[in-house]
Amino acid sequence: MSQTVTAAHEPLLRIAKREGTTLPQKILVRAIAILLALVVDALFIFFVTGLNPLSVYGVMWNGTFANTTRFNWMLRDLSILLCVGIALAPAFKMRFWNCGGEGQILVGGLVSALIMVYLGSNLPAPLLFAAMGIGSMAAGALWAFVPAWFKARWNTNETLFTLMMNYVATSIVACATNIMRGQASSLGTLNKATKAGWFPIILGQRYTINIIVVFVLMFAMYGYLKYLKQGYEISVVGESENTARYAGINVRKVTIRTMMLSGLICGLCGFLIVAGKDQTISTTSAGGRGFTAIIVAWLAKFNTFSMALISFLLVFLERGASEIASAYSLNEYAADIITGIILFFILGSEFFINYRVIPRGAHKEGK
Amino acid sequence: MAQTEYAVRLEHVTKTFGSVVANKDVSLGVRRGEILSLLGENGSGKTTLMNMIAGIYFPDEGDIYVNDEPLTIRSPRDALDLGIGMIHQHFKLVDVFTATENIALSMGGNEKFDLKKVHDKARAICEKYQFALDLDQKVYEMSVSQKQTLEIVKVLYRGADILILDEPTAVLTPQETERLFAVIRNMKADGKAVIIITHKLHEVLAISDRVAILRKGEYVGDIDTRDATEAKLTEMMVGEKVELNIERPEPVNRVKRLDIRNLTVRNAEGITVLDDASFSVYGGEILGIAGISGNGQKELLEAIAGLQPVESSTAIEFYAPEKEDTPIQLVGKTPKAIREAGIHLSFVPEDRLGMGLVGSMGMTDNMMLKSYGSGHSPLVDRKTPHDLAATIQRELGVVTPDLNTPVSRLSGGNVQKVLVGRELAANPIVLMTAYAVRGLDINTSYTIYRLLNEQKKNGVAVIYVGEDLDVLLELCDRILVLCGGKVNGILDGRKTTKEEVGLRMTRLAEEEQV
Amino acid sequence: MHSSLVAWIMRAIPFGTIIMYGALGEILTEKSGNLNLGVPGIMYLGGFAGFASAWAYENSVPNPNGAVSVLIALFFAIVASMLGGLIYAFLTISLRANQNVTGLALTTFGMGVANFFGVFILNGASYSAAPVANKAFAAKIPVLSGLGDLGRTMFSYGFLAYAAIVLAIVLHWFLTRTRAGLNLRAVGENPATADAAGINVTLYKYLATCIGAGICGIGGLYYVLDYNQGIWATTGQIEALGWLAVALVIFTTWKPLNAIWGAYLFGMLYWLYQFLPSLLGIKMAIYMTDLVQMLPYVVTIVVLIVVSMRKKKENQPPAHLGLAYFREER
Repeated sequence: MSQTVTAAHEPLLRIAKREGTTLPQKILVRAIAILLALVVDALFIFFVTGLNPLSVYGVMWNGTFANTTRFNWMLRDLSILLCVGIALAPAFKMRFWNCGGEGQILVGGLVSALIMVYLGSNLPAPLLFAAMGIGSMAAGALWAFVPAWFKARWNTNETLFTLMMNYVATSIVACATNIMRGQASSLGTLNKATKAGWFPIILGQRYTINIIVVFVLMFAMYGYLKYLKQGYEISVVGESENTARYAGINVRKVTIRTMMLSGLICGLCGFLIVAGKDQTISTTSAGGRGFTAIIVAWLAKFNTFSMALISFLLVFLERGASEIASAYSLNEYAADIITGIILFFILGSEFFINYRVIPRGAHKEGK
Repeated sequence: MAQTEYAVRLEHVTKTFGSVVANKDVSLGVRRGEILSLLGENGSGKTTLMNMIAGIYFPDEGDIYVNDEPLTIRSPRDALDLGIGMIHQHFKLVDVFTATENIALSMGGNEKFDLKKVHDKARAICEKYQFALDLDQKVYEMSVSQKQTLEIVKVLYRGADILILDEPTAVLTPQETERLFAVIRNMKADGKAVIIITHKLHEVLAISDRVAILRKGEYVGDIDTRDATEAKLTEMMVGEKVELNIERPEPVNRVKRLDIRNLTVRNAEGITVLDDASFSVYGGEILGIAGISGNGQKELLEAIAGLQPVESSTAIEFYAPEKEDTPIQLVGKTPKAIREAGIHLSFVPEDRLGMGLVGSMGMTDNMMLKSYGSGHSPLVDRKTPHDLAATIQRELGVVTPDLNTPVSRLSGGNVQKVLVGRELAANPIVLMTAYAVRGLDINTSYTIYRLLNEQKKNGVAVIYVGEDLDVLLELCDRILVLCGGKVNGILDGRKTTKEEVGLRMTRLAEEEQV
Repeated sequence: MHSSLVAWIMRAIPFGTIIMYGALGEILTEKSGNLNLGVPGIMYLGGFAGFASAWAYENSVPNPNGAVSVLIALFFAIVASMLGGLIYAFLTISLRANQNVTGLALTTFGMGVANFFGVFILNGASYSAAPVANKAFAAKIPVLSGLGDLGRTMFSYGFLAYAAIVLAIVLHWFLTRTRAGLNLRAVGENPATADAAGINVTLYKYLATCIGAGICGIGGLYYVLDYNQGIWATTGQIEALGWLAVALVIFTTWKPLNAIWGAYLFGMLYWLYQFLPSLLGIKMAIYMTDLVQMLPYVVTIVVLIVVSMRKKKENQPPAHLGLAYFREER
């Protein structure tokens, strides 16, 4: 036929939903994504610095695996990031976008620091740790309660609310540290002389307790979400509020309870940072982990073991980049770029798990 | 070029969604100046088929011809440019826009953007067809029929000459339907090609020139309306000569289970959706509820289930089998409180995956939706639900790869079996079902009827909200008709006629109200 | 007291201008239904690209010209931030990745890129300057700015401060008076409806996101080359400003005209700590300043709550904000 045809072509590419992607397929897609990202990163390294990407990757590898100390540092950083990821998991599973991890960590850490400083010399160690732990968890939970209550009551947008709460927390921490430092130019290490409120050194590291706590949490949260009634309620509420109401679940109660649990663990993370890692508090104590953990929790689809893997990947990159920085006198911001590129690829790869692309002409293709 | 016979024609069109075949090898067409009814049961693929003409879906296989030219319609824009306008069952309107702004959205690309002019032109259309539409009103302030009118004005504004209307009368009053039909006849007179999707036989006979019938996604054939009768159409639609012949045992041992008095419900906008409804429900019988959709059926069931806040005048009393002299007040109880009071109330809601089940969970996890909270252990028990799921799968023949496959991946019939199976397993005293056979094939529908009858024989009080009057008349012992949120009579299912029920669905019979 | 009020306003307006750009860009993006939390990253990209190009220009020609420097800086700032927006757009629109997560990743990435190369340019120094560009960007309006206090408070800012106001008005006009604006709002409210009306949803989302990112980037540029006196310093301040811009979007209830006074109000609140003591004649402890700085965020939270309580449809976020659109979704 030789007619003028206004729109005679099938679209070049079109997409359709894919269902029942198998686990090996999913792993393969993600592996390819990471591999491609590493290639792009290698190109970036080569064109910007002129260095051989392979040797750069070799140096990166050393950032984590060169010796035990490095490996321990990796574990230290991993445990903190994973802890926040675990904290966010129940909230995200409920489709509650807790972008306030940063603030919840900060208030938790702040309460720990305050108790450390003002009660450090009065309380015996076990009691002091208990007070710090409970205090920070309560603070974190409170910080999460505020947006959760408004979400439950008036459906106030939680993404934006929790985001704003971060900066309120930052201001309070800035204020408190300025009070605590008195005339000194900066706050510095707390209780330097007495070491009150510092975790004891176990296996040569002060942060060993952090690692143990987070390791236990990883199992606990996995079990909570999978085997506990509360975990089941969270999945139902996350999937459909209507179904939850139909099942007799008190949606408001579950929303607030889950979010408080999320904030509580963030608060605990603040405690771990202060007592086991930094021995001080500042506005940068959370160091953006509240945000990075969002990515961790999302990519892991709320599975705490996958979270450990992804946290490892990110910390590995971060440590590797700082290794590169010192080896080639570059700067540590390279880590952000490399991480960013890898995240873009992983995020993009999800598409190929959920959809399939049908090129033009593949008309008779089976499903 | 030869004179085009068909305005639009489909050839061997197939469309699948995942594992579900929505349309299989369908070929049909509509001529200019013709009104074609596309008839089929719910879930027979009518809407999917039309969506492919409108550019919403893209066919997996097959071709579409417009004016005898083979064309690829990649997007709604392509369809609009070809003069194809579709009025979707779920309105395509932007809530925060005014009517005028919504109309302006679909105006042609070469028309100058001037809301004032759009307003004037739309006003002229409204006047021509005598539509009462406030063009400055925001859509979220509009009633359903106003929205429907707006959709029609949109298509007329666009000057489409191929019109597709997807169940346009579902939410309209008889007067509004009549006016709509007048409009459609006018369009036909203008030489436009019109396709109406519907499953209401009397409307098919009233409005169309020709009827095309789909069954389970496949094209059955077409028939000129003047040669068609309701019986003939039904036969084509369901595939065999139906004598529904649903079993209806005589109720034995009728006992009062629910006493509902002055049930009044206002929705979020403060509009009264249920108005002073009073009736009783008895064990051992099936109470049918008939009405045009959106006349309070949903609120009625949800109010009983404790999901819907009611006005203070309302009383819903439950008579437990053990203590029939001391009824329990259900108003103010949450679903959980009702359950904890030992009241076995089962509810098969209309929205199966959005309310009755969790789509992303497997059969096992869906079994525990209402029972997970029982017992004092904080741990969930998955053993019992797993066994229950296995039993239901076996007894109702649920087709699923395994018990953990997300139920959203199952076909509609299997989803309903899972839901009904779970609700029946709870040993209900009262069983409420909303549109229990919607979208199901005949066999599954009969399975459902059989299950309901079994429950009735066991002394369960069954409430059956339905849309198919023939089924209501053959299945139910009594039929309560809802109209505008009011109870417009409770009829004896064995004595009443389809006409009587239909009449009461559309017209309030005030003097007769009991 | 009078003079400190003038000084306060003169601090608040440039500050407000930065976040006004960020907010205007984000309003445009969010109107298409895309919640881009990459605003801080994009502002970094814009600020850095503008600064680096101006710096390179000034260091490669003997007699750099102010106007040329401005054009080069603007061009590169907009292009770089649009590229950032394009990454986000491709991932969230074409690949339907989660918007929140992608935005956050973009913030990480943008911060990384800007600071990584920024350190190269710094090359050991604690700061680096593009004086010519700064002078051109920060040039006050002659004559008018000399007319007393009123003239000073109104006319002593660089041209980008006035361009921001014009942009807000243009954006308002675009969204409410043009076909494309109407279509864009429809896309953000109800993409299925827009699609059925024949609007190219994908194209609108792409354009709104990329152009929105370009506008955000100007905010970053303004920060570096005007507000920060042409100095690139590796600080976290752009990030804080980026989040403030996101807050401002909520504050304006997605209306560009509100961004004008909202931005200045945020500026006033932000600098309140410095002028409050002299205005009230009190002495404020230094640590109180930190608490006062949380005011813009607290105000935003209050607005967020009030809007959600009142449920007025016109003040809600675009209904489809944060969600991906797939036509064949069932």
